[in-house]
Amino acid sequence: MKVVRLKGAVVLVGRFPALAGVDFSVESGEVVLVRGANGAGKSTLLHLCAGLLRLSNGQGDVLGCDLASARGAVRRRVGLLGHDTALYGELTATENLRLWAQASRVGTTDITGALDRLELPTSRRDIAVDRLSAGQRRRVALAAIVLRRPELWLLDEPHAGLDSSGRKIVDNIITSAASAGAGVLLASHELRLSDDLAHRSVTLTGGRIVGDSANSTNEPTQ
Amino acid sequence: MNPQSSSTTTSTEEAAAAQITGYLGGPARTRTRFTFWLGTLTLVGFAAVAALGLLAVPADDVQGDAVRIIFVHVPSALGAYAAFGVTAIGSLMWLWRRSLWWDTAAHAGAEVGVLLCGLTLVTGMLWGRPTWGTYWEWGDVRLVTTLILFLVMVGYLSVRSLGGDSASVATRAAVVGLVGAINIPIVNRSVTWWANRTLHQESSLTDGKLEDLTLFTLVLAFVVGAMAIYWMLIHRFRIGWLQRQISDRDLSEALRTRQAEAQQ
Amino acid sequence: MTIWRTLWRDLKLFVDDAALAASKDLRIEWRARTTLAQMLPFAALVLVLFGFAFDANRPTLELATPGLLAMTMLFVAVVAVQRSIAVESFDGARRMLVLSGMAPAAVFAGKAAAVAVQLLIIMGLLTVGVVVLYDAAVESILLVVATGVAAALGLATAGSLLGAVVAGAKTQQAVLSVLLLPVSAPVLVAASRAFGDGFGTVAVNGWSWVGLLLAFAAVNAALGAAVYGALLEDA
Repeated sequence: MKVVRLKGAVVLVGRFPALAGVDFSVESGEVVLVRGANGAGKSTLLHLCAGLLRLSNGQGDVLGCDLASARGAVRRRVGLLGHDTALYGELTATENLRLWAQASRVGTTDITGALDRLELPTSRRDIAVDRLSAGQRRRVALAAIVLRRPELWLLDEPHAGLDSSGRKIVDNIITSAASAGAGVLLASHELRLSDDLAHRSVTLTGGRIVGDSANSTNEPTQ
Repeated sequence: MNPQSSSTTTSTEEAAAAQITGYLGGPARTRTRFTFWLGTLTLVGFAAVAALGLLAVPADDVQGDAVRIIFVHVPSALGAYAAFGVTAIGSLMWLWRRSLWWDTAAHAGAEVGVLLCGLTLVTGMLWGRPTWGTYWEWGDVRLVTTLILFLVMVGYLSVRSLGGDSASVATRAAVVGLVGAINIPIVNRSVTWWANRTLHQESSLTDGKLEDLTLFTLVLAFVVGAMAIYWMLIHRFRIGWLQRQISDRDLSEALRTRQAEAQQ
Repeated sequence: MTIWRTLWRDLKLFVDDAALAASKDLRIEWRARTTLAQMLPFAALVLVLFGFAFDANRPTLELATPGLLAMTMLFVAVVAVQRSIAVESFDGARRMLVLSGMAPAAVFAGKAAAVAVQLLIIMGLLTVGVVVLYDAAVESILLVVATGVAAALGLATAGSLLGAVVAGAKTQQAVLSVLLLPVSAPVLVAASRAFGDGFGTVAVNGWSWVGLLLAFAAVNAALGAAVYGALLEDA
C-alpha cells in the first residue's frame, strides 16, 4: 500500500514555489531518505505530507486521504518532527506530552513509557521544557511522536543535536516503526547515519526530485 | 507579439502586456467602451448637479446655503454603506467558496467605501457647524456609528497590507470584513441607548418638506452618485484583477526559474 | 434518540477540547505571569494618574470611575490577546494545535475563555482599587460582577478572533489595536453605563446594558467559532 502519493505537486511558501512539480511515493513499511542542499524543498515536502500546506498545483494523497480535500484527516494520523520542537516552553515534558495525548485522543497511559524510550532522565521530566538542553527538548519532541503511533513518520533532521545514544534511539524507533508497517520519510544531511536506515533515497534540487535510487544493502521487510 | 520587435526592452514589456489579457480579452487596461461612456456621463451629471445645486436651488429657510451640502453628503453616505455591503458579501463569499473574484470585489468595496465614508464624515461636520452649532455631536447615532464603521474599514485595509500569500491575505481580511458587518448593528444599538438625543433630521425626502427643484436635484445627485460609485468600484476591481494576473505571471516565472535549478 | 446521543457526545468532546486549550493557556500564564506582571502595574498607574489628572477631586473621580474601568479593561484586553498569540508562536507550538486534530472552534473557545479569566482577575483588582482610592461606593455588587463577566466575555471573544487575524504577521501589535478598539466601542459604552448603574453614579437600567454586552459576546463567539478554522489554515 502506498502511504504517500504525489503527482506534479507544486507548493508555494509565501510567494515562492518551494516545490516545483514533485512526483513521489512512499510504500508502507518503507524508509525513504530525502537528500538535498539547503533550500531544495525537503522541509516543504515533509510539511506537505503532514497536511500542513496547500497544494497549489498537482495532486496528492497521504494515507488514502486527498491532500486537496481531506488535509484535516491526514494531520491526525502523521507524526512530524520539524526544526522546531512544537512544545510549549513553560510546560514540563510530562505536561507537554499529556496535553498532546489528550488533544490527539491517544490516552495518557503511555507518557512515562514514551519518555523512557527516549531515555529522558526522570529528574528532567518535571521542569519547564525551556530549561532543558536542546538535545533533551528534541527527545521530548520525539517522545510526543512515539506517543501518537503515527502511520507516517515525517522526520526533519532527526539526528540533529543528539548525542550518540540519542542517535541510536532514533535509529531504533525508525526501524521498529517501519517494521510495524508505517512509512518513514527522513530528511537528512547526515548521510552516513541515515543511509543504513533507508531502503531508498531520493534527491531534491530546486523543488523537484532529480534522483531516486534503492538502497541495495537494505531492503524493506515486506 | 512580434518576436522581431525593435529593442529588447520593448519586446519584454510587450510580451508582459500580452500575457495580462485574460480579463478584458484585450491589452492590459481598465477601460471598456461601457465604462468610458459611463464615466463621461457621470462627469456631465456632476456638472449638472453642481450647477443646479449651487446656482438654481434656493437657499433653505432654516439652514440657509448649508443645505446644498446634502447633494454630496447623502449620496456619499448611502454609497459608503453600499460599498461596505459589497465588502461584507465579498468576504463571506471568499470564506464560503474561496472565490478570488469576490475577494477582489471585497477589496474594491473597502477602498471605495473608506473614501466615501471619509467624505460623508467631513461633509457632515462642515454642515453640522453652521446648522447644529458644532462639528461633532457625540449623541448623534448615525455620526458615531459611521465613524466606527470608518475606523473598522481602515483596519480592514491595514490588514490587507499585512503581507503573505493571497489566500492568507484574503482570509484575514474577510474575517475583519465580517466582524465589521456583524458588529455595526450592535454599535448602532449601543449608541442609540447611550444618548438618545439624535440631532439627525429625519429623511427630508419622505416628509415632503423639500421644494420641487431641491428634490429633483437630490434625486439627480443620487443617480449620478450611484453611477460614480459603480464606475469607481468597477475600475478598482479591474485594477485588482490585473494586479492578480501580474502576480500570477510572476509566480509562473518563479516556478520556471525554480525548475531550471533542477536541470543544472 | 441517537441524534441526541451524538449531539451530546459531540458537545462533550467540544467542551473537553476547549477546557484543554483554556487550561493550557492559563497554566502557561500562571507559570510566566507575563500578562499579570505587565498589567497590574499598568492598572495601578492608571488609577493613580487619573487621580492626579482630575485634581484628586473625589466627586469627579467617582463620576469617571465607570468609564475608567471599562477603558482600562479594553487596553488590558489588547495586551492579554497579544500574549495569547505569543504563546502559540514560541518554537512552532501552534503546529501542535493544528496537527492534534482538535476542533478549531473548541480551540477558539478555550483560548477566549483563558483571556476572559485573566481580564476578570484584573477587573476584580481594579474594582477594589477604585473603591479604596476613589471612594467609589458599590451599590449593586451583583450588577458590577455581571457587567465585569459580560464585558470580559465580549472583549475576549472579539479579541481572540481578531488576534487570530493578525497572528503570524510581522506588524501585528499595532494592527490588533487598530482592529479591536473600534469594534469594542459597544463594550466601552455598555460597560461604562452598566458600571455606572452598579456604582450608583448614573440612573440607567444597567441590566439591559449587560444584555447588550452578552449579545456582543454571543455574536463574536459565533463568528469566531465559524471562521477560526479558516484562520488556522491560511494565516
